[in-house]
Formats: sequence, structure tokens, C-alpha cells
Amino acid sequence: MIWLNVIVSGVLLGGFYALFACGLSLMFGVMKIINLAHGDMAVVAGYTAVFLVPKFHLPEVWSFIVVVPLFALLGYVVQRTLFQKSIDRDPFTTLLVTFGLSVVIENLLLEIYTANAQSINIGSLIAKSWQVNNTIYVSYLSLTVLIVSVVVLAALQLFLSKTSTGRQIRAVSDDREAAQLCGTNYRHIFGIASSLAFATVALAGIAFGMYTSLDPTSGGVNLLYAFETVVIGGIGSLWGTLVGGILLGIAQQFGAHFNEQYTVLAGNILFLIVLAIRPQGLFGKKVVMS
Amino acid sequence: MSVEDLTPVDQSITVKRNQIPVAYTLGGVVALAVFFTWAPWILPASDVTILMNFFILVIMATMWNLLAGYAGMVSIGQQGFIGLGAYATLYFAIKGMDPFFAIPLAVIVCAVIAFPVTFLLFRLRGGYFAVATWVVANSAMLIIGSIAFFGGGTGHYLPGLTNLSFKVLNHDTYLAAWFVALVVVVATYILLRSRLGLVLSSVRDNEVASRSSGAKVTSTRRTVFIVAAAGCGAAGAVLAISQPFIQLGNEFNLQWAAEMLFASMIGGLGTIEGPILGCVIFFVLQQSLQNYGAWYLIIFGALAVGVAIWQPRGIWGFVRDTFHFELLPVGYRVSGAGVTNEARSAMRTVRWLRRTQKTPLEQDDKSP
Amino acid sequence: MSDPAAESTGLHRLAVANLTIHHGQLRAVDDVSFSVGASEVLAIIGANGAGKSTLLRTIAGLHTQTSGSITFEGEEISGLRTFRRVRRGISLVPEGRRLFPSLTLEENIQVGAQKAAAGFFTIDAAYELFPWMHERRRQRVGQLSGGEQQAIAIARALVANPKVLMIDEVSLGLAPIVIERIYEFLPTIVAQGIGVLLVEQDVSQALAVATRVHCLLEGKTSLVGAPSELSPGAIEAAYFGTTHSPSTPEESP
Repeated sequence: MIWLNVIVSGVLLGGFYALFACGLSLMFGVMKIINLAHGDMAVVAGYTAVFLVPKFHLPEVWSFIVVVPLFALLGYVVQRTLFQKSIDRDPFTTLLVTFGLSVVIENLLLEIYTANAQSINIGSLIAKSWQVNNTIYVSYLSLTVLIVSVVVLAALQLFLSKTSTGRQIRAVSDDREAAQLCGTNYRHIFGIASSLAFATVALAGIAFGMYTSLDPTSGGVNLLYAFETVVIGGIGSLWGTLVGGILLGIAQQFGAHFNEQYTVLAGNILFLIVLAIRPQGLFGKKVVMS
Repeated sequence: MSVEDLTPVDQSITVKRNQIPVAYTLGGVVALAVFFTWAPWILPASDVTILMNFFILVIMATMWNLLAGYAGMVSIGQQGFIGLGAYATLYFAIKGMDPFFAIPLAVIVCAVIAFPVTFLLFRLRGGYFAVATWVVANSAMLIIGSIAFFGGGTGHYLPGLTNLSFKVLNHDTYLAAWFVALVVVVATYILLRSRLGLVLSSVRDNEVASRSSGAKVTSTRRTVFIVAAAGCGAAGAVLAISQPFIQLGNEFNLQWAAEMLFASMIGGLGTIEGPILGCVIFFVLQQSLQNYGAWYLIIFGALAVGVAIWQPRGIWGFVRDTFHFELLPVGYRVSGAGVTNEARSAMRTVRWLRRTQKTPLEQDDKSP
Repeated sequence: MSDPAAESTGLHRLAVANLTIHHGQLRAVDDVSFSVGASEVLAIIGANGAGKSTLLRTIAGLHTQTSGSITFEGEEISGLRTFRRVRRGISLVPEGRRLFPSLTLEENIQVGAQKAAAGFFTIDAAYELFPWMHERRRQRVGQLSGGEQQAIAIARALVANPKVLMIDEVSLGLAPIVIERIYEFLPTIVAQGIGVLLVEQDVSQALAVATRVHCLLEGKTSLVGAPSELSPGAIEAAYFGTTHSPSTPEESP
């Protein structure tokens, strides 16, 4: 029964990690860049929900209505300016630039909003849960986040496979040059992919702010989880991302079962094992590693 | 292919190593060395502390530059080795050793740990490598943190220093930082002028070609990674003595990675002088903005981003390429019309072969 | 027999003048000029490394020239990005086909038709031209043969309804019978008024289909003319850069 509890809470956590990771996966798949500021973007989204949204007299639960479109726009702009400029140089530059951005964001938040933790107020919803039996509780919030992440992943999958923009995104990620020869403005497509990635990371940031609390340095650890999720699941596979998130969640809960200190370490160890045995991830193709 | 076949027939191409007479460079270095060794006796204690922190950052930045600037490995997990170096020092000190004597041992510990780690990390490239180094650093921190012997999350006081007065401790720690920095910079310089430096520059020009021509690319990378780990371990050991309360979050702080990265980036990757210049800029910024919280780091980071995009050779690289001026040249400079990267790399190889084969042709080490 | 004659035929769609292109330090294309008119097939021939592919890639906008001009329908297009040139009506079938491996056959063609001009070559028209494609449209392109992939690459470029179609090394790595089948479609393409700029290593193939031939030798123009006007000796001399060809006058500069 204890193990069932570990698995249930692992799966719930996994949904959240998948939501966090799908933007990272998308940006790597299409632009071949690893956005080291990914976690910090989520924190900024959470802070926006805490500090900006109340100005619109909107309950914080509904903050995503404002924050997600805002971030979609931000994603497009950042991609067309800063990220595109670094891509035009080389992959090395994208790493340095996104890392620099991450440190700058973290410290800006620290300067403006202090090191105090912030959380998104969702009223009584936070305490509500569904009791499966006398040891297993599933909180409404965790379940909602899991459902949201499955819906988001399914919607992304559908968008990529059924729409003409989605087709162009896949074409650009296959062969950027050939896509240009088909009349595709790859910079614009990059912008759209980035916009989607930022929208999902905004959702993840808000979910995170509802779950626990955010502080300026939360971004780093979240990037770590998102990255582990992507690598475990395999690059370029959205459903792999979901499985990766769930496996990471279970591993962490498994570690936590022995000692709270081992939570993150157990996830890291799973990540390193996957890396050693199957570096392309469980559902990934072998070619994308270089 | 004989060596002679590759010598430049075009007279517009010249091959030279040094623009400044070696004697001047050497003289300058000796004068600086004397000054920095004397510094604790002539400067106030607060300045000595700043200089000490400066040298610790010089060690880190030089090591990061060796990793990323010369070997193309972007690591954001070097703080792992800084932490391991600090905790190794703590371990030996608890066991009764003088912390200063523990520094070389901490270096060895980090090198030994780095070796197996490379087999895991070298399966990845680029961004994946970068984040994986961070995962490794994070894991090292969590493992150390779970060991009660080291005080867990609360930290541990570094024993063996209590019989020293503050002034003496400050002097000794400063001297340790300065000497380690000197050793690290000189060792990096020698390393890059050796065969290893040659392999690195050939990989930089064309990895596939240098692999196929028999260069041991992976083992060279491994050596560089281990050296960088050892160097960061030394920095961590000195850092531990300078604090001297050892705390998990301090030693394994991601901020170390940020500072070393920004300093080398701004100063100029791929030069010996650049990262040192970057550290100078960092400390000038930090000191002049010390009343404004984290703004120094925000400005430093933004500056690094700007440099990465608009001036990727960094400030020193810009100076070098604009004025054709180098203090510590590690490669040969081939100049003239119609010289391709391939030709440059080929000529470097030729020169190196000549040097090692000790042919009577050897003249290029003298300045024109 | 030489340039001025071709230029004066008027109504040329694509014109390249004094084009010089560098590949790093190497001068890949050196002071080359030519033009392509409607329904014309200009074949660029030359040995490996003569600069043919670089030339096409530069016209498509994937590479920047050092000097010279590229005009399309009388307008300078050197400053335009690749996708803008495609939308104006210059399509390139790149060397090595470059299909999108994770997309199906139909999706590959759909990507080509995304920003298409109105015209004869719709996706349905492409299926009519290549009936087998319709049956296999749901397959991933990686599973198809080299010749089939080449046909898809051509179809993908055609559905954009270009005014000038550039084809780079169609026959590379294909069996002669397959090459022949692919070239069967050239008349259909030309009949729609499309100007074709062809890079072909197989000289006999190029001579068989081209209205005019332009030979490059180490980046320089070594011979220009209609296939019927050129003697095999002159072509050989221009192709290989040999100076002794007894029966024909010296062509190479």
C-alpha cells in the first residue's frame, strides 16, 4: 500500500514535471537550443501572477488567462531578438546567453521582490483532496495539474501533426535549409515554437506557485527537473516527456520514502543511469545527440 | 607527407610566435609576482582580502576558460569541484591535518573523482553536456549534505586554524590563493604550449579532420576536464580556508559557475590574459557597487550576454586582434593574405613537429 | 553562340551578371553571367568543384555573393532572404533531395505548397503527374527509393508554382533508367512557361535536354552555347580545361 502511495504521488508530480519540460523539449527539438533560463521564465510567470494579475482585479486562480498569452507574446519577441542573434552565432553562444539571462533574471527578482517566497493564492482549493483509501490522498490541485499537462501535451501533439503551422514547425526542425527552400520563413517559425514553449512554461510556473512557493532562486532547480524529464523521456517525443516526468516523479517519491534528503538525489541518479545506458532517452531517436 | 612540403612558399605569409620580446613579458611577470608576494605586508587587511578573493576567481576563470575556451566544453557544474575541494580540505582538517597542507590533497581528490565522471559526461555534447555537469554537481552536493560527518546542511567549522591570529591567517590564506593562482595560470600556459594545446587548437579548427589524422581528441578532452576539476578543487580548498566555516550552499553555489563563466566570457575566451582581465572587471564592478546588493552581478551578467552576442572574442580578444598584441601567446600567429584556417592549423602542426624533432630549422621562437 | 545572343532574346526571368562567390578563402564562382528565359532550359555543366552548386545556392539565397548582381523579372533580389525569393518564384531542388524525413510524402509536398502562387501545379496536379505518389502519400519519405525521393523533391518545388525552377544534380546516385524517367517530366514543366536552370554532371544528359549549355571550369565560364552548335571536342576542352582540341577553336579564357 505504501508503494502504491509512492507511485500515485510520483505520477501526480510527474504530470507537473512534464508540463515544465515540454517547452524545453520543444525549443530543443525545433531550434536546437537549450534554454538555461527556462526555469527562471517559469518563476517570472509565477511572479507576474502574484504581482501583476491582482491589478486587473482577477482572482489569482484565473491568472493564467492573462499570463499565458503575455508569455506567448514574450516568447515570440525574445526568440526573434536575443535568441535568434545567438543562434546566428553558434550553439555555444546560445548556452552562454541563456545562462547569463538566467543569472540576470534571478538577481533582478531578488533585487525587486527580495528573497521572500511568494505563492499564488487559490483559496480553499489548496486544501481539498480526494481520499482514495485511508492512506492515499489525491489533492484536487495535483490532479488538476496532471490533467492540464496531459491536455496541453495532447493539444501540442495535435497542433504539430494536424495544422499547417505545425507541419512547418516539424519541417524546420527536420531541415532548416530545405524548409526555407519551400518558402518558409524559419525565423518566424522559430518565434512561434518559442511562443508555444513560453506559454507552457508560464502554465508550469503558475502551477508551481500554486503548489508550493516561488522564490527568485526556484528557477535553477526547476530547470534541472525539466531537463531530467526531457532526457529520461527522450528528446523530440512529447509523450516521452510525459513518461519521463512520471518516472522522475516516482523516483523522487521513492527516494523521499527512505529519507526526505534523498528526494532530488534519487531523481538525479535515475537521470544518470538513463544517461549511462540509453543517452538518447527512453523514447528518443539516436541521431539528435550531437 | 614531408614537413618541407607544408612550409609556406608564399612570402606574404609569416609565421611568428611572439610580438613582444620574451624578456619584457618575463620581466613584467616577475615584477608583478614580487609585488603580489609582498602585498600582505604593504596593503591594509581589507585590500588583502579583496585580492585573495580575486585570485580565487582567477583560478576558477582560468580553469573554465581552459574547459570552454580551448576545449569547447561548456560546464555549468564546476561549482561541484569547488565544493568537493572545500569538503576534502575539511575532511583532512578534521582528521588532524593542517588545512594548508590539505590543499594539494584536495586537488588530487577532485582529479580522482573527475576521471570516472568523464566517462558519463562525455556521452553528451553541447547543451546536454552543460546541464549534465550541473546534475553531477547537484548530486555531489546532495551526497555531501547527507553525510553527518560534514555537518549536513548546517555546515562545519574548519578546524586547525584556531591557533593562528586573524592577521597571520589572512596573510597565509592570501599567499595560498596567490600561489595557487600563479601555479594554475603558469601550468595552463605550459599545458597549452605543449602537444595538448596543439591538439586542442586543431580540434577547434576542424574536429573531424583532427580525429581522422590520429589526434587523440577524447583523451585530450579528458585530460582537460580532469585538470579543470583539479584546479577548481584547489580554488575550493583555498575558499574553505578563507571562510573558514564550510557550508553546503556556499561551496556548491551555482554563482561560482556564473562568475567564472562571465569573467572568462567578458575578458575573452581562448586567451590566457582574457579571464584575468575579466576578473579585474568583476572586482572593480563588485567593489564600486558593493552598496547596491546584487546589481553588480546583474550588470556583470548582462555585460557577458552582450559580449557573447556582439563581441564573442571578449575584450582581450578584441585588443589582441586589433593591435596584434599578446602578452602570453600560446599559439603561433600566421598572418598574410590567403591564409585559411586549415593552413593555419597545418602550419601549427609543422612548427610543432619541428620543435619536437629538434631539426636545425628551429628559429621561430625568436621574435622578429 | 555566345552571351550577347542569349541576352538579346529578351524576356529573361532570371539574370545573373558578373557574379563572384567565395567559399571561405576560395573563389568558387568567378565573374559568371547568364540568364534564363521562360520555357528555356539552361544546363550548367562542369567537373566536380567547378562551382555549380554554389552558384545555385547563391541564387536561392542560401549563400551570399561577393560581388555581381542577381535580378529576377528585372528586379535585384540579392538582398532578399531565401524564403522571399521562393515566394517571388525561384525554387531550388537541392542536391541530395533534402526531404523532411519525419514528414509523410503528402506532408512534404504540402510544405512546398504552403506559400504557393496560383498556377498549374497544385498538389492534385502533382499526383496526376506522378500517380504512384497518391497511393503512397501517407508513407514516411525515408522508406522510399532514391528515385522516388528525387521525384518528391521535384514535386515539392513544383507545387510552389515557380517561374524559374533550379535543379541541382538530379541524377546523382540514381540508376540510368530512373534518371530517364525523371527527365521525362521536363517537357511538361517547360510547357507551363517555367524557366529551368539545371546543374548536371552527366554532360550527355544535359546536352539532350538543354536549350543552352553553360560550362564552368574552376568557377569561370569556359563555354556557352546551344547543344547543336557545340562540338564534342569543344565541350571536352571546356569541361576538363585541356588546351589541345585540334578541330575546334580555343574557348576557355
